[in-house]
Amino acid sequence: MNSENMNFVTLTNGRAANLESIPTLEFKDFSRAVIDKVATGGRVAAMFGAASHQPAVTHIYAIIADDSQNRLCVTRTSVEGCEFESLTPQCPQVHMFEREIAEQFGLKPIGHPWLKPVRYHRSWTNRDAWGRSAGKAIQPAVCDFYRVEGDEVHEVAVGPVHAGVIEPGHFRFQCHGEKVLHLEIALGYQHRGVEHAIAGGPDKRSIHYAETLAGDTTVAHSTAYCQAVEALSRCQKTAHAQMLRGVALELERLANHIGDLGAMAGDVGFLPTSSFCGRIRGDVLNMTALLCGSRFGRGMIRPGGVGFNINDMLAEELLKRLTAVEKDTTIAINMLWDTSSVMARFEDTGSLPKNIAVELGVVGPAARAAGLTQDVRQDQPSGIFRFIHVPVSTYDTGDVFARAFVRWLEIQHSFEFIREQLDTLPAGEISVPLNPLTPNSIAVTLGEAWRGEVCHAAITDEHGRFARYKVVDPSFHNWPALAYVLRNQEISDFPLCNKSFNLSYCGNDL
Amino acid sequence: MFKTILARLQQGHRTMKYPDGPAPALSDRFRGRPAVDANICQNGCRLCLEACPTDAIKISDNEVNIDLGRCLFCGECAKACPAGAIRLTGDYRLAVRNREDLKITANRQTIKLAAALEGKMKKLFGRSLKLRQVSAGGCNACEADTNVLNTLAWDLGRFGIQFVASPRHADGLLITGPVTQNMKLALKKTYDAVGEPKIVIVVGTCAISGGPYIGHEQVNDGIADIVPVDLYIPGCPPHPLTILDGLLRLLDRKTPELFDNSDKVRQS
Repeated sequence: MNSENMNFVTLTNGRAANLESIPTLEFKDFSRAVIDKVATGGRVAAMFGAASHQPAVTHIYAIIADDSQNRLCVTRTSVEGCEFESLTPQCPQVHMFEREIAEQFGLKPIGHPWLKPVRYHRSWTNRDAWGRSAGKAIQPAVCDFYRVEGDEVHEVAVGPVHAGVIEPGHFRFQCHGEKVLHLEIALGYQHRGVEHAIAGGPDKRSIHYAETLAGDTTVAHSTAYCQAVEALSRCQKTAHAQMLRGVALELERLANHIGDLGAMAGDVGFLPTSSFCGRIRGDVLNMTALLCGSRFGRGMIRPGGVGFNINDMLAEELLKRLTAVEKDTTIAINMLWDTSSVMARFEDTGSLPKNIAVELGVVGPAARAAGLTQDVRQDQPSGIFRFIHVPVSTYDTGDVFARAFVRWLEIQHSFEFIREQLDTLPAGEISVPLNPLTPNSIAVTLGEAWRGEVCHAAITDEHGRFARYKVVDPSFHNWPALAYVLRNQEISDFPLCNKSFNLSYCGNDL
Repeated sequence: MFKTILARLQQGHRTMKYPDGPAPALSDRFRGRPAVDANICQNGCRLCLEACPTDAIKISDNEVNIDLGRCLFCGECAKACPAGAIRLTGDYRLAVRNREDLKITANRQTIKLAAALEGKMKKLFGRSLKLRQVSAGGCNACEADTNVLNTLAWDLGRFGIQFVASPRHADGLLITGPVTQNMKLALKKTYDAVGEPKIVIVVGTCAISGGPYIGHEQVNDGIADIVPVDLYIPGCPPHPLTILDGLLRLLDRKTPELFDNSDKVRQS
């Protein structure tokens, strides 16, 4: 216990700490501490590099969520030179984080089993982990892929431009007949340099970066951003603002979960639910637009509170619409469980075993569908969720059905939550003024977005500007899980498996 | 089967009457085309310009100019204006044929809305337009609200407009996103794969100018001169109604017109 105290500083979600309070461990102690912490139930919420005052020295921070204790354990180390010993062989949860550090800071994790770029961009330093020359263009997904060879084994390549109205990504399947032996996913096509651009802020564009990290997760990401700014600015939001943030977040969850269940119905050719849910999703987006003028919640969450107030008349209108939407949704979605042709496709497809979900660090409905009782609203609550408890919805089969059913359970809880909040409107200001950000500090914020855990970590410099701003979208944790569940599946089940995760390309690519 | 029929009856017929009937009601807080009141603008205070996250506002000849091709419709300028000279109206109609038409000034409050395709192009595409969508960066909100047009509430298919799976099947492209460096090549290849004659529609502020990512070295600041553009639909993201209005204008379909001083769009 004592040595653990020395290895980590304990934070709670949405609280800032002085940078000096974070221990800087020797690399081998850092490595040991992170691996041990994860082995005893910790979860890597983020691991990232940050520049130090010396160009040759890079800090690596690790933020481990200790869900059983409702706390965040933060530690760091310094790496001098251009390499460090990879933790991935002993701690697969950091697999993508180490690839990201390699790409952003040109530090090579020695012993990493699959060291490839994440987003295909030039490093932020003058080092390059792959020794690419500065003059040579970096082409996305132009690299070796994992390859299976043998009689009748073939490769299927899909993307970056897909058949539907969706984001770009490249999928490489190794198949034997219809059976998928291995899938490798190469992303980075959506990379627009957001993390790098937020550094130096906050400025007038920062909130818009937060709102567009992943357009369908605008509320969760902008809330995480605002909480980080508020923590660093030592400002206390009003209960009224926190309630409105909670309502906006649950509306976002409703719209996306309902849309996902419709899309999954569409992928198995069950058109009634597909058609109904597509329309109902729009009804929910329009409720968000009633709040703030934007169907995606743009303008709703602002540092210090919220951008728009709600009055009795608006609350009444929202409640009226909520009742109608709830009725339509219940009928549309319950048809899925009553239809044997749907259940035949959903059950036992794309199963994610619980132990693999833990090893990969999967978050959100995908983790809960695999039997993990893990939800930021319960484990690391902030804002309204410190006062109102939303039950965690889990299932244990880890298949497409489980991911669909967990969404349905969450939909019902969100309806209940929104109704309760709108019924009991607290009075108060919607926004409080901000102070300048505390210099040389770190704030970590977590939120349970509809897709899973959103994590933001903000580190300020001596002037109170962002020296480093780290964003982890839930998709960053979950893309490897999608690749995993495709093993030994029919390739024709890929769209269904994909939809059951519905991961974000832009949230991953930033 | 019986349950399915019952559910179908319960859900009812939900396709909207627009464009033959009125447009669906938008939120009172909807932020559409900005308007500048020259009479009360304290020229030269520059507060709106400083508040704008994407430098969409310029002041030239003592007059406020707003470039809707850069505007995120966030309303920060309206909040910053001490005189209340800028406001975001409820006008959702924003699609234009030329990039320059997206610029509004105090003297030119309305924008020159998109004219229909002409001659052979209208004859070819007016009743059947197949589009390939290319997402080239951005946040997926434009894609989501484009996709919404395929739901039964909007039922894009009734206008003969359809999204197809291959550029080889398409009459043109609908492009979203600031065009990341990593998508530039794929976008060009997709454009080249569409047979002539073809049209290009860009949806969202990102695709027009780069949006929140203007100036990032990782993006191309929108479509620029990568491919020629036939229709610009601004917004962050544009409302589905804005996108549909633009598509219908391009194809010379009737849309509800009348527009009065209170900035409310009514049925003609």
